[in-house]
Formats: sequence, C-alpha cells, structure tokens
Amino acid sequence: MSVSVQTRVRPETALTPIRPGQRRARMMLGMTRWLFVTPAVVFVAVFFGYPVVKNVIMSFQDYTTKTFFTGEAPWVGFANYAATFGSAVFATSVVNTALFTAGSIIMQFVIGLGLALFFRRNFPLSGFLRGLLLLPWLLPLIASSAVWKWLLDQDSGALNQFLGIFGVPAIPWLVSPSLALVAVIGVNIWLGIPFNTTILYSGLQSVPPELYEAASLDGATGWKAFWNITWPSIRSVVSVVIVLGVVYTLKVVDIILGLTGGGPANSTQTLATNAYHQSFINFQFGIGAAVSNVLILVSFVFAMIYLAISRKAVDE
Amino acid sequence: MKPRFPEHTRSRRLRSLVGAGAMVATAALVLTGCSSGGGSSAGGSKLTIEDYYTATYNPNYNVCAKKVGATLTINHVAGAGLIAKVLQQASSRTLPDVLMLDNPDVQQIASSGALSPLSDYGLSADGDVPAVKAANTYKGKLYGLQPVTNSIALYYNKKLLQDAGVTPPKTWDELRAAAKKLTTGKTYGFAMSNINTYEGTWQFLPFLWSNGGDEKNIDSTEATQALSFVNDLQSDGSLSKSSINWAQADVNTQFIAGKAAMMINGPWQLPTLNAAKGLEFDSVPIPTRTGSAPVAPLGGEAFTVPQTKNAATMKLAGKFVGCLNAAKMQTVIAKNTGNVPTNITASEAWGKTHPQVSSFVTTVQTARARTGELGPDWPKAATKIYTAVQLALTGKASPADALKQAQSQNQ
Repeated sequence: MSVSVQTRVRPETALTPIRPGQRRARMMLGMTRWLFVTPAVVFVAVFFGYPVVKNVIMSFQDYTTKTFFTGEAPWVGFANYAATFGSAVFATSVVNTALFTAGSIIMQFVIGLGLALFFRRNFPLSGFLRGLLLLPWLLPLIASSAVWKWLLDQDSGALNQFLGIFGVPAIPWLVSPSLALVAVIGVNIWLGIPFNTTILYSGLQSVPPELYEAASLDGATGWKAFWNITWPSIRSVVSVVIVLGVVYTLKVVDIILGLTGGGPANSTQTLATNAYHQSFINFQFGIGAAVSNVLILVSFVFAMIYLAISRKAVDE
Repeated sequence: MKPRFPEHTRSRRLRSLVGAGAMVATAALVLTGCSSGGGSSAGGSKLTIEDYYTATYNPNYNVCAKKVGATLTINHVAGAGLIAKVLQQASSRTLPDVLMLDNPDVQQIASSGALSPLSDYGLSADGDVPAVKAANTYKGKLYGLQPVTNSIALYYNKKLLQDAGVTPPKTWDELRAAAKKLTTGKTYGFAMSNINTYEGTWQFLPFLWSNGGDEKNIDSTEATQALSFVNDLQSDGSLSKSSINWAQADVNTQFIAGKAAMMINGPWQLPTLNAAKGLEFDSVPIPTRTGSAPVAPLGGEAFTVPQTKNAATMKLAGKFVGCLNAAKMQTVIAKNTGNVPTNITASEAWGKTHPQVSSFVTTVQTARARTGELGPDWPKAATKIYTAVQLALTGKASPADALKQAQSQNQ
C-alpha cells in the first residue's frame, strides 16, 4: 500500500533537490524511446504512407499526362472506379489474378515442402544441390522471363523440341489463350520454389530430432511421423510462407509482361498488369490508380492475416 | 604492397584530386546556371538533347551543333523509358532543350503544354510529306519536325519466290495465293507481327486503312474484311500461329532464318538484313484488296523544343531543330539510319538512288499519321485494334465479333 501511495505522491513532492533530476531523466528516457522510433515512423510515412494516400487521391482524379506539366488534376469522383469495374478486362483480370495466385502458391508450397523434406536427409552433395536450387531466386526476373519465352516458343522452343522426341506435337504454350495462363503460372512456380524450400527447410531444422526418435519407439514413422510431429511443428512457418507468398504473387507484373504482355487476347492479364497498362501505356493514371487500389485492398487483407499469425506465433 | 612508382601513385592521387575539384566546380556551375535563369551569354550556346537513339546518331547532331554554334549534352534514354522520364521532367521543370519523341506521342505531350510551337522559331513543315505535318500538329500548331520517317512494306525472299514461280503480290488475293504456295515444310509463306502491343496495331493498320477502315469505329465491314484476311492467312497455314507473340524484330529473325518467305517490316531492318549472309531480298508496297495504293502508318521520330522558360536557349534549340530538318541534312540522316527523308522532293530523289528503300519512299507519300484523327486519344484506339486482332487470331471470336467486342469494351 505504501508503495502505491509513494508513486502517486512523487510528482507533488517533486520540490526536493533530487526529484527534478529524476523527472528529467524519465522525460529523457521517454524522448530517447521516441527518438528511436522516429526514423521508422518517418520512413514508413514518407515511403509507404505518402504513396498509398497519393494513390487513393489519384484514383478520384482525372490524372493525365497534362497533370505532370500543369499540376491540374480535376476531381472526378468515382468515375475511375466506374470505368474500372465496367471494363471487360477487369473481370478477366480478377479471375486471372485469383487463378495465378492460388495456382502458384499451392504448387510452390507442395514442391517446396517436398524438396525441403528431401534435403533434410543427409546425402552427398546435398548442400551443393540446395545452393543450386537457389539459382532461380538469384536471377533478375526479366532475364528469367526472357529465357522462358524462348524455351516455351511453339516452333523453335527447347521444351517442344524435347517433347518432340517422344512424338508429342508442338504445344502452343504462350500462343493458346487457354494454355498461356498455365504456362505463366508454371514459370512463376519455378521462380517461387527456392523461397518456399528455404523457409520451410529452416522451419524443419527447428524440429528436435528426439521427437522422431521417441515417436519411432512408439511405432510412428513415415507419414505418421509427418502428420503427428513435422506438420504441427512447422505449422506457423507454413502460414507465414503462404501468406507472404500470396502478397508477393498478387503484385507480380514483370514475369507476365516478359512472357506474354498480358496476352494473347488478355488471357494472362491480371490486376497488376492491368494497372500497369492503364497507367503507363494508355496514360490514364487515374484508372490505373483505381485498379491498383483494389489490389492494395486485397493485399491489405492478407497483410492483416500475416500480422495475426505472426503475433500468434510469438505468443506461442 | 609497396608502390613501385611512388611518383606515379602521387600523380594519380593528384589527378583524382583535381578531378574531384573539377566535379565540384562543374556542380557549382550547374547550380549557378540554374539559378541565373535567363543567362543568355553563358547558357545561350549550350543545348541538352534527349532521345532514345544510340551514339550512332551523334554525328548527325554534331553537324548541326557546329552550324548553329552550340555545345551539346546528349542524353540517350532506353526506348521504353523515355515517356516516363519526360513526364517526370515535366513535373520537375527539368526538360531538355531539344526533345526527341516518337511521332504518335507528340500530340500527347503537346497537349500537356510542355512543348513550344515551332512557328515561334519561324519553322514549318512545308515541303514535308503531309502526314508528317499532321502527326506533329496539335490544335493547329506545329510542335515537332521529323527529318526522316519510315513505314512498313512487304519484304520477300527473292530465291524462294523464284523457286516457287511466284511474283511479288499486289492484291490480297495474290498475296494469299502466293503465301499458300510458298508455305512448305518449316517455311511459312508469310509473317507479320500481331503482338498485343502498339507494334501489332502498327502492322495491322495497312490492311485496315487501305481497305477504308477507320480507327474511330473498328466495328465496320471494311475492318472486318481486313481482319478476316489476316485470319484467313493463318487458317490457310501460311501465317504461323505464333505471330501473336512476335514483335517486329522476331518477324525479321524468322525471315532471315528462311522460316518466312515474305514479311511485313520496316526499313530500319535493312542493316540487319544486309548483314545476313546469302539472303537475297527485296520489298514492295503492302498489297491492298483492290490493288490500289496502300495507306500505311507513318513512323519515325520528331524533334521538339520544350518550354524551358529560357528564351535564348529555346531560340537556339529552334534553330538546331530547323537545321536537322533541312532537306540536305535529311538525306545525311537518312543515310545514317536507313530511313526516308520527309521532304517530298528529297525523298523522291533518295528513292531513285537507294533502290532498297524505294518501296518505302512510295509508301510514305500516301502514309497516314496514327494520331492524325484521334490525337491524344490514339492510345485507347490502338489498344482496341490489337485486342481485336488477338481475339480473332486466337480463335476466341470471329473477326466480326472480335472487332465488335474490342470496339465496345472500355480498355
């Protein structure tokens, strides 16, 4: 009781010589704390807050090439959103974005997890091969997409040449509207495997081997061990990999632009490529901003899920 | 390691110091140059140029720099990045003194108010091909001059045509028959770019325009006939289905590799074509349905004088652009770039002395500017056109439906 009284009393009895110093010290401590936070706050405000707010404002303006010189951008209300939702390409883009993201994430994860489990066994060259696996991650995306464009070419591409050996007729990978999206997703899966493998592999490293030893004594090996030990132990890593993967995949433009440019006949157009096209090819920056705001909103939902998961992971 | 030549290292250090000093001095000069604004004595003889060419174009600039008495700072930007850079420079008021723009972009940039009318410097496009004037005029004022221009024509492989007993076609029927006859084994009779970019639109335009079609409304009989024609070439097997993924450079590669007997392409490919060993080729204007003169799109880049708020420099820039566009200079630039002079008399003379570009000279006379009708609204129309071509060639819609869909959809 005396303690609580003392703390409450302290400010009033602050006239004694030592007390002001203490108070100053406390104030300094508070200020120092804020000083440490300030750079992060300024950074986020300038490099994330400003562009996002600017983008939202832009989506309500008639923002054209003229704006850059005159600074005039008349307010148009929801006209840009009406134009966005009214265009036939938008519906295609939404469906393609969903297919592209879901397809990429599922396959990247399954293959990534498979490889991570595979590399957990010790075998000669395992470290070297694991390093080699990172290669797609290290290449500039635009270079990868250019190479894949050659590989997937219908007439002279290496893939069709190879399949031709087995008598498979030339497959129009990037030419057929129904196959192009599959091809683009395939390339994106290839690009995403290193990320998934690496994170999942490190997640697997944290599972204590004693658990498996104990489990094997109880007769749990193979799939049983996987479902009862491995999977529950890496569950939080799995959710982080998937949520981050979704956010990364939603905003992919370079691979699609490099491979198909959104074609043929808009069959690989996603929200991200649509926003790019509106802004930098048609010079309709307002509509481009409206499309990318839709994308930001979707990403935001997943970012929230990510925050919730990572907080839960810390609490655990 | 001990330096073996102490004097050398010292001199190097000294030199780098001097270099740093010079850099600081230049920075100071640049800064004062900016703040003084109207510095007519020092700033008046300096010009900055921005383009998406390469260093091979510099000699052309140097000739005119000497003539008007200017020192040049030449800045070559990657093609795709030019417009983004120009917009950024427009908002920060750092536009160059002389700006090169692809001709369909001139009206777009002029509409923003960033360019100055060339009549201010006593310049006009009189004597140039009419379409050049149209492409560079916005609301009745001329904003750009093109020393050279280009268009597209039908290249053909002489040997392959001879072997098949085919003469270069003049009409659609002849082209279709020739392409079919020339399609053998791994060789397609005909190649063109139908990619989903403005390159695809640009290649389809001769068929659309020559047949009386119009970009204002592509849901028309004339447009349907044009698109059906290209679609027929593909269904005949004369045009590879991959053409929807080919840029013009890819088409050229196919032609050089002997995988296409005829192709649509521009004179800028001539250096590459001439370098190909054992390739004998020639070109004719693009065939039309009735055999009349083709209406092809006009290409090439224009030089403009941006609003830089420095009257003296702008005047000098105007003089410089005037020099580049002088008939004599046009032929110099044509020689260096493989293009066609825009001055009518100069181009006719040029076609006679340079048989490889004669078909382009013919085409350019009747060529049409892409922005001539719609001005800054052209990009939307261009997107609609390549979308229709892609819808039809991928079999997603019949040519008529493809055009209808593309015309009605808000891209």
